Parts: sequence; structure tokens; C-alpha cells
Amino acid sequence: MFIRALASISPQHTFGADELPSEIVTYHTNRLACIEPDYKAWVDLKMIRRMSRIIKMGVAAASLCLKNAGLEVPDAIVTGSAYGCLEDTGIFLNRMIEFNEEMLNPTAFIQSTHNTVAAQIALSVKCYGYNNTFVHRGFSFESALMDGIMLLKDNDANNVLVGAADEITDISFAILRRFGIYREQEVSNLQLIGEPARGTIAGEGAAFFLLTKEGSPNDCATLDAIHCFYKPDGVEEITSEIDSFLRAQSLAAADMDLVINGQNGDLANDSIYKQLNTMMFAQTPVTQYKHLCGEYPTSSAFALWYATTLIKNGNTGFGAGIDTLSSKPRKILIYNHYKNIHHSLFLVSAC
Amino acid sequence: MYDLKTQIIEQLNLQDKKPEDIGDDEPLFVEGLGLDSIDALELIVLLQQNYKIKLSNAEDGPKVFRSIRTMAEYITEHQGKKV
Amino acid sequence: MNYSDPVVYVAGLGVISAIGNNVPETLAAFSNQQPGMGDITMLDTIHRTQLPVAEVKLNNHELAGLGGMQPTQPRTALLSMVAAREALSDAGISNIDQLRTGFISANTTGGMDLSENFFSEFRKDHKAGNLHDVINHECGTVTDLVADALGVHHYISTISTACSSSANAIFFGARLIRHNMLDLVIAGGTDALTKFTINGFNTLMILDKEFCKPFDENRKGLNLGEGAGYVVLVSEKLLKGLKKKPYATLSGYANTNDAYHQTASSPEGTGSWLAMTGALKRSGLSTGDIDYINLHGTGTQNNDVAEGTAIQRLFAPVFPYMSSTKSFTGHTLGASGSIEAVFSCLAIEHGIIYPNLRFSTQMKELSFMPETKYLSNQPVNHVMSNSFGFGGNCSSLIFSKAGI
Repeated sequence: MFIRALASISPQHTFGADELPSEIVTYHTNRLACIEPDYKAWVDLKMIRRMSRIIKMGVAAASLCLKNAGLEVPDAIVTGSAYGCLEDTGIFLNRMIEFNEEMLNPTAFIQSTHNTVAAQIALSVKCYGYNNTFVHRGFSFESALMDGIMLLKDNDANNVLVGAADEITDISFAILRRFGIYREQEVSNLQLIGEPARGTIAGEGAAFFLLTKEGSPNDCATLDAIHCFYKPDGVEEITSEIDSFLRAQSLAAADMDLVINGQNGDLANDSIYKQLNTMMFAQTPVTQYKHLCGEYPTSSAFALWYATTLIKNGNTGFGAGIDTLSSKPRKILIYNHYKNIHHSLFLVSAC
Repeated sequence: MYDLKTQIIEQLNLQDKKPEDIGDDEPLFVEGLGLDSIDALELIVLLQQNYKIKLSNAEDGPKVFRSIRTMAEYITEHQGKKV
Repeated sequence: MNYSDPVVYVAGLGVISAIGNNVPETLAAFSNQQPGMGDITMLDTIHRTQLPVAEVKLNNHELAGLGGMQPTQPRTALLSMVAAREALSDAGISNIDQLRTGFISANTTGGMDLSENFFSEFRKDHKAGNLHDVINHECGTVTDLVADALGVHHYISTISTACSSSANAIFFGARLIRHNMLDLVIAGGTDALTKFTINGFNTLMILDKEFCKPFDENRKGLNLGEGAGYVVLVSEKLLKGLKKKPYATLSGYANTNDAYHQTASSPEGTGSWLAMTGALKRSGLSTGDIDYINLHGTGTQNNDVAEGTAIQRLFAPVFPYMSSTKSFTGHTLGASGSIEAVFSCLAIEHGIIYPNLRFSTQMKELSFMPETKYLSNQPVNHVMSNSFGFGGNCSSLIFSKAGI
């Protein structure tokens, strides 16, 4: 399928960027936060008053994507979010307990439902078409893409707006931290991958893509294939999955100009990638993305934004590994896993 | 009524409005301020939280919340009582 | 339809709700006209004795025992396993690990029944609260727990679109089969009652303090319920290898958005009308072919008039039998689409029309009424099942007798 347009809100200067930012925003923290636009320029004022941060992020990214596509109303909207609308969930829960189930505010409850981002996008552009939301952890974005791809293949839609959004809030960060998944000491995101240790850094973001079945002159890239696999039995099985995935496209690892992988700086998490780098990808340039956006279940949406923008507009020194590329990459493989449970592969090519 | 307007602006997060912008007799719903059904529910919560008035019948809402003045009159009449 | 679509069959059914812990109990409840509403017993809330709900009549230990899960897991997962296992067993497929098997499950509450307990400790002290209560909070984690227990790993996902969630899960699963990505899919959804949802719906003032009266002029709102429902969808090729007759085919489906308001449906029922029309178009059927509509019929002022208006526009002047089985099960939220899909398939299999309980006065806006009697030995070949959720998410499924 063709990626006609895209947009991203992330801890980097990605919103409104047609090419990769020339500089990486550096952080010394174990929790990255998005660089947010002035939402008033992107979201209807009458609607914005009820929206929590994640909804604004999703709606703004979707609005920019549609603008970039030159489209007012998409035929369908499919989103992915592992955590849903955490802020509103927390607000409602807090009040429910504090006030012993009395005098509760309906707005927080209403806005806490997982499909609020997709619903608010539909409401803002008056899209009566197919509307779905996937909430499956590290597969949320991938499932949304699969749904969108099937709609296009079935000719049920000529274009589909597909995206993902996940946020980190004070509460969710405090809870997740207790599971020991984040670095205890604050770390520079630039050193995250190069100096692996126990734990990663938290992240968040929203990214949207306008997919079409038919090509057009200004398409950014093609999404040739996606594949998910669950709880594989070690590196051998992972290698086999990647191999089958590429062979189904009549390709091999050697055909990739670049691999973008989901290393997140955690020793255990990254061991899989390290093994692949010495075996399957020994001759392939490899780069990472989670030092840019942090770790979160739908981070692969940021990776897809990264790969697509790189393919469309070339390298401007955004990442380690890509500054050594001799030319604009034409075939990029994205491989990411979330907690070694949800593994996903994307093949992105130049048009 | 000024205080009531301030409370309403806060409760409904009407970020671009100031108390001076809301007329005493201006319709609150559909036209005028253009509030909707969710706002009506929030106003019911406001009555409870700030004035200890429990409006348990949502159908009374349109009458009570027609304007700032009708709201203020209702509050004066019912403060502290369960309706 | 745009091309010759492969047919997707329903080969197995599983359901648990306030009216029964499995399909046979459920059928008996319908025929005895025994609804499942009553007082809140499982949750510690100020709304106990104030608001009727439709609880599954098993506690977490009993549910865990029935499904082979742990009682410390979220109730949503426990309910899911019971129904999913029944569906799989009913389909008689023992070698799911040798097939391309998918599990598409929907829910809205995730592990909230446990995390709301965690949160009451945590909010006072961020070091307090048992992490076991929050580790399964996410909607997707509930699905993974059940997928692992079922032994499904090839394709797993979770959908959450409020009240249309599990209807969407069913036809997403069907499309994965049609695209030859999967051979069989256990598709449906689950939701457990939680204080979060009871209080949330209470703030919307759409809960009836009595047992609900869907589609009645004097209806006062909905009763919340809980449960899980799954269908086993198979490809034609796989069906040939099975010994049993399928219940039905999924002949039509559509999802549309009302794009009117976050929670209220448009008065004309635009989204509902588009969904029903879309499902009919895909099935190639006309309104006259539909023998029974399982209404979304929550009992709220807004839903019933919007849905009713859409049905009036689409079906007039000849209306099929229709009823809201939420008058038995309450509104099971994320599970409602699939629980009612199970009921739709059973209606076809057994020739049943379910009654709409507690109906007495026709709605003034409509020229039709739901069926109030339990009917059997009816020719039921095509059933439409509606599910309309918050966020304007409108879904309509059509099940048809196989071989028609």
C-alpha cells in the first residue's frame, strides 16, 4: 500500500517536519515527553475543552496527516492504543475513590473510553465511514494497519487514516516504574543504546498515516508488508520469522538498505537485536529509534514515521548508523519487539 | 451570578470565555453558549458539589439550566435541599 | 460486494451471562422467560440495593475453576475463558495449533475490577498497592491471558470500541479468514462489572433503577450486565473437515460512524441506518429477507429512539420480528455484540424468536413494536444483530442459515 501522507507528535521535533530533524533533542531523564504543537491551530475550539492530552495529540496528528494528504475526510479511520486514555481514567478513578462514588464528573468517564481518539477524529471531520480501535499492547498499531490494509484490498475504502497514540502520565509512570522496567538513574537518551544497562526510558507519541491502494505522484513510500508474531521461542525462531517475511517478498536480509530496530537500552531486551546484528544483519546497516521517542507499546508507529520520512527525504544526520549510508535508502526493514512478547516486522520501500 | 459564571467556566473548561462574556439571560443550551447534554450533566454535578443541591431528575435540567438567571434563582430557592 | 467473497461459517458458540453459564442454560432461560437482573452482590459499592445489574451468577473462584484460570486474574479474563473454551469445544476442533488460528477478543474494562482496588491504596502512597492487581490492567493483557490458556498464538488482537467492540471483533476475524490469513478465528468479547463502569454510567444518568424496558415508551434507561460470548469462525475449507453442521454464515457486516456526538446518537439514527444498510448490501439481502433483528435496544431514551427511527426508515412498511435481549442480560458493554451474535446463531439453529421483556407501550415515534412472546419453530433464516456504541461507533452483523 502507498503511504501518501503522515504526521507525528513525539519527543523530537517531528510535528510538521517534512524531513528528519537535523538535530536530536537530548534529554537527561528516564521519561520522555512529547513536544506538542499549539493545539488550537489543529483542533476545533468547541471540542478541545473536553480533550485530554492524548486525545489532542491524536486529533492534531491526524489533522496534520489529512492536511498533508490534501484530504478533508478519509474513507475510514483505524487507530491503535495500548493504554487508551489514561489521564481521564485516572481522574475518574481518583474522584470515585475520594468522593466515595458521589458527585462524579461524566466528562472524564466519557473521554476515558479507548476509542475516543478515533471517535473525535471522525466527529471533527464528519467521517461516517469505518471506525475501529485496537488495544492489544505491542500489536495495537500493527492490528490497526492490518485492518486498514484489508479495507483497501477489499475496495471498502479508497484511503484509510491509520494511526496510534499512547501517553505516559504521572500515574502510569509511577506504576510502571515499580515493575522495574525503567532506568533508575537518569540517563542521556543519546547514550541509551550505546551504554545498555538494566531498564529503558519511558516514551509516548502519536503518529498517523494516510494509506491508499492506488499510487499518486507525491506518495512518500510504500508499505509492502507487515507481520506480527507472538512469544517466539528464541532467536532461531525470530530469525526464521524474519527470513520467511522477506522471502515472501522475494527478498533477503542482504537486500535491505537499512534495518531500524527496537533496541531500547535494556540489556535483556536488546540481546535479541544484538544477536541478529551479528548474524542475519551482519552486512546490513542497522539503526535504532527508541532513544528518540522512548519505549511504549505503539512506538512502532514512530518507527514507521521515521522510515517513511527517511525514504522520502533522505538523511540529515538524525540517527547513528544512517549518517554512514552512502545514499538514500530504498528498502527499510523495521523490526521491533515489545517485552519479547509482541514482535513485528514492517517492510517499507521507496515508490 | 458572577460567581456562578466563573464556576461554570471552570467546570466546563470554557477556556476562551470570561464571566463578562456570558449574559445573565443568554440561553445556555443549543443556542447562545451552545452547551450540550454532557455539559448538562456536568452542571448537575456542579449544583451538587458547590451548592449541595441534588437534581435527581435529569428532565428538570432544561428548565433549571435555561440561563444563568434561572440557575441562580433555582439555587437560591433550593440550596441545601434534595430535589 | 466487490469480488467473490469466500464464505465464513460459524462452527462453534460459547456464552456466559446473567441468564446462564453456557449455551444450554441460556436457551432454557429464554424459553422460561427468566431475566438475569438483580441486586449487586459481587462489588462493594454505594449503589448496592439502588441499581439493578445483571451479574453472572458465579464468583471469581468458581469462574476460574470452570475455565482453568487463576482466581487472581481479572474477572473479564475469567469470563472470557469460560465462553471461549465452550465455543472451541462446541466446534469440535482439537488441533488448533496445527492451523492458522486467531483469537480476536474485545473488551472495554480490561483488568479494571482489580486495578480499581489497587488504585485506592496507590493514590495515598505511590509505594502502596499490590502490583498483582494492576499487572493485567490493559484490555490487551486480558486477551493474551486467555489466548495463552487456549493455546492460541498465531494471531491475537483486541478491539475496544465501547458497545460495538465484540461485533467489530467478529467481522474483523471473518475478514482475516477471507483474506486467507487465518483458517479459524475464535472471535467475540467479554466485560465484567466494575465500580468504574457502574459509576461512570450513573453519572450519565442513563441507568434504570428498575429492570429495564427496552423500546418501551416509558423506558428509563439501561441495566448494566456482564458476560462473554464467542463464535468460532472457520473457512469453507476447514468446515469440510469438521463433522458438525455449521450454525450459520456471517453473510453481512458493516461498521459506520454517527459522527454526531461523543455519547448521544443522532436523532435520525444516521450511523445506525448506515450500518444496517451497509450490512444488507454486503449480504446481498433485502430488508424483506430479514426474519429477526436482535436490537441493540439498551433501554435508554436516546438509543432506542435513534435505533428505532433508523429501523423505521429502512424497513417500513413491513417489519421483521425484533427484540432486545438486553431485557434478559442487561447491557454487557464490550461483550454485547458477541453475546448477541451467539443468540442470533441460536435463533437460526433452533427457529427461535426471543421476547422483549417488560414491554407494554409502543414508542410514539415508531409504527412497530418488539415481539413480547417467546416463539419457537419459526423459520429463521436471516438474523440482523445491531450494536451501537459511544463514539458513534455503529455495527450491524447479519447471520444466515448455511446453504441458503
